Amino acid sequence: MFARRFLRIPTSALRPSTFTTSSSSIRTYASAAGTPPPAEGFMPSVATSAFMNNTREKALANPELKAVAAGQTKKMNLFQSVNEAMDIALATDEKAVVFGEDVGFGGVFRCTMGLQEKYGADRVFNTPLTEQGLIGFGIGMAAVGHTAIAEIQFADYVFPAFDQIVNEAAKYRYRSGNQFDCGGLTIRMPCMAVGHGGHYHSQSPEAYFAHTPGIKVVIPRSPIQAKGLLLAAIRDPNPVIVMEPKILYRAAVEQVPEGDYTLPLGKAEVLREGKDVTVVGWGSQLYVLETAIAMLEQQIPGLSVELIDLRSVLPWDVETIEKSVNKTGRLVIAHEAPSTGGFGAEIAAAIQERCFLRLESPIQRVAGWDIPFPLVFEKFYVPSALRCAEGIKKALNY
Amino acid sequence: MPTYRVLDLEGNVIDTAQDPQLSKEVCLKMYKSMLTLNAMDLILYEAQRQGRISFYMTSYGEEATHMGSAAALTLDDVVYGQYREAGVLMYRGFTLEQFMNQCYSNAMDFGKGRQMPVHYGSRELNFQTISSPLGTQLPQAAGSAYALKRSGKDACVICYFGEGAASEGDFHAALNIAATTDSPCLFFCRNNGYAISTPVKDQYRGDGIASRGQGYGMDTIRVDGNDALAVYNVVKEARTRAIKESRPVLIEALTYRVGHHSTSDDSSAYRPKTEVSDWIKQDSPIARFRKYLERKGYWTDAEETEFKKSIRSRILKEFAAAEKIKKPSLDHMFTDVYAGEQPWNLVEQEAEMRRLVKEFPQHYDVSDYAK
Repeated sequence: MFARRFLRIPTSALRPSTFTTSSSSIRTYASAAGTPPPAEGFMPSVATSAFMNNTREKALANPELKAVAAGQTKKMNLFQSVNEAMDIALATDEKAVVFGEDVGFGGVFRCTMGLQEKYGADRVFNTPLTEQGLIGFGIGMAAVGHTAIAEIQFADYVFPAFDQIVNEAAKYRYRSGNQFDCGGLTIRMPCMAVGHGGHYHSQSPEAYFAHTPGIKVVIPRSPIQAKGLLLAAIRDPNPVIVMEPKILYRAAVEQVPEGDYTLPLGKAEVLREGKDVTVVGWGSQLYVLETAIAMLEQQIPGLSVELIDLRSVLPWDVETIEKSVNKTGRLVIAHEAPSTGGFGAEIAAAIQERCFLRLESPIQRVAGWDIPFPLVFEKFYVPSALRCAEGIKKALNY
Repeated sequence: MPTYRVLDLEGNVIDTAQDPQLSKEVCLKMYKSMLTLNAMDLILYEAQRQGRISFYMTSYGEEATHMGSAAALTLDDVVYGQYREAGVLMYRGFTLEQFMNQCYSNAMDFGKGRQMPVHYGSRELNFQTISSPLGTQLPQAAGSAYALKRSGKDACVICYFGEGAASEGDFHAALNIAATTDSPCLFFCRNNGYAISTPVKDQYRGDGIASRGQGYGMDTIRVDGNDALAVYNVVKEARTRAIKESRPVLIEALTYRVGHHSTSDDSSAYRPKTEVSDWIKQDSPIARFRKYLERKGYWTDAEETEFKKSIRSRILKEFAAAEKIKKPSLDHMFTDVYAGEQPWNLVEQEAEMRRLVKEFPQHYDVSDYAK
């Protein structure tokens, strides 16, 4: 069990080709029914996670998927489900366009594969290499009523567009007295650790955006979630940032409902119910937490952990967490981003305000250290299963 | 790069083939709009000095760039401005009442009192709301232009900005992305010599802004910004090319910022007063256009005196009316942050704000705010 802590981290240099696959190997991969692709980096547990819905029945048991419950499902990984969401968005909305750096040929993570061939170069196109430019461009499209689906190649490179997102997109409706808005804008960006991404291919910048009234921020954990949340983001009347954990693009594979469905923004999801402690995470961190919980369950027989996927960082679902903590009396929050000013701080503060009399131990935050994301020290940096288990133990033993 | 000009300083048409032969009606609309903008600037500038509004920015000396370009466009063309383009909005039909309401941040302000004065916007007039961050509107304009092209509309986008804003990264991003996406966008630079206190010699070392256009693969022209007819011709032609040929055009209008940068600025701290007075004497865009109109027989001294008198009294009347209107209701403080369902944190915070207002009326006087 603890062997997971000592997994070797691939040291290959990170470059776009690391993430690309020729179309023929994609087909090979897709045809290998029942065989999950090899997991990457420090997170091998994704492929075998209980949160992956590997049958149609399991996938459609989710009451949030009522709209497609009678339909079929298809085995997909996360990049394929993102691709399908955009395919549906383009098919159902003639004013929708997809653009960004290298999206024309299919994207460095293959998320836009086949879309330009299907919808034409005026609807799926490359932009010059300028994040501030392409987000400003998307705001402008949305400001005249079109649907702009912009891609930032890595969340690490969203900062040149920070001004356009924070000062412009977020305030567009408010400052104009609702005369104008850019609600048709959606910004996708791969985020979080990938095993060997170093400073600029690993970051989780959600907390920077959580401090910005006017935008929404969502982070899906799986292919089903990614498709439903992305479609919801595209159709939401507000600018939405969708952060896609890049380590899950290939590693997360499940049965994804076919057809058009959305999942609610601003709503957390209780992944497993429990009564001893509430554990909150988002994105790929949930699989780390799953492993941590499994480790603890072996050490502490009868342990009952409630695990919640926050899904939306802004606005976030305080009600679900409050309800859970009122039941369990203990809370642990885990995220990859640095601890200081991380979104865990916001959750901790709000929950201690609301659940003060119910809390039986200090709220624990297990997060990245307050340093830039390091290359060779990644396994020492990330809030690994061991660190999460230690945090949960601390909450339990206080 | 040479500068395109139709009228000389005396209002004579240099080359008759270049006279756009605008109707008397259009000419007078342009001219009266210039006088109105000028008169409104005078009154609102003084109002700020008296502490009656919080902030103001005049357009002195740049009236021809506003009216010349606005006359060459249609209402279907989307306008993005920086902040010194009130004349464009005025030409399109924004009323004195609407200008005053925005500057007073009163309950009739379309922006619901949320932004500083001169941050105008009008959905009806296709004029995107002004924001303070410089240059941000440039790539947005390119995106709107791309959308117009996709819609197949006979329309383009015009995006105004100063030569200082052209130093922002968004300028580079915008021109490049507009060029590669073949977007029908007119980038209209008002080069008035100064960005607050910074003269152009500290802003760039190339041949102005126009010389950059070629590098982006863009049709570019430099025009005398104090010549309303030259500006008109250039924008008219640029609009035609942008829409017909689906591509952006860069226009650099050379002018001079006669007024202070804003009411928070005293420009005598960084430029000699004689420089300003020399410009006013030698090259006033309003005087130049007036001479042209007089030669055409469209305008007389008597009409000038009469119009100035009547417009001043109209502005003062609207000014007094706007001043009397209450501030917007507190109901508008938390709305429009999001469309759709209000997030819980905003609901809770609004309730807390209202509780405080109710409990501490001596700290929160709401009598100036609409119910």
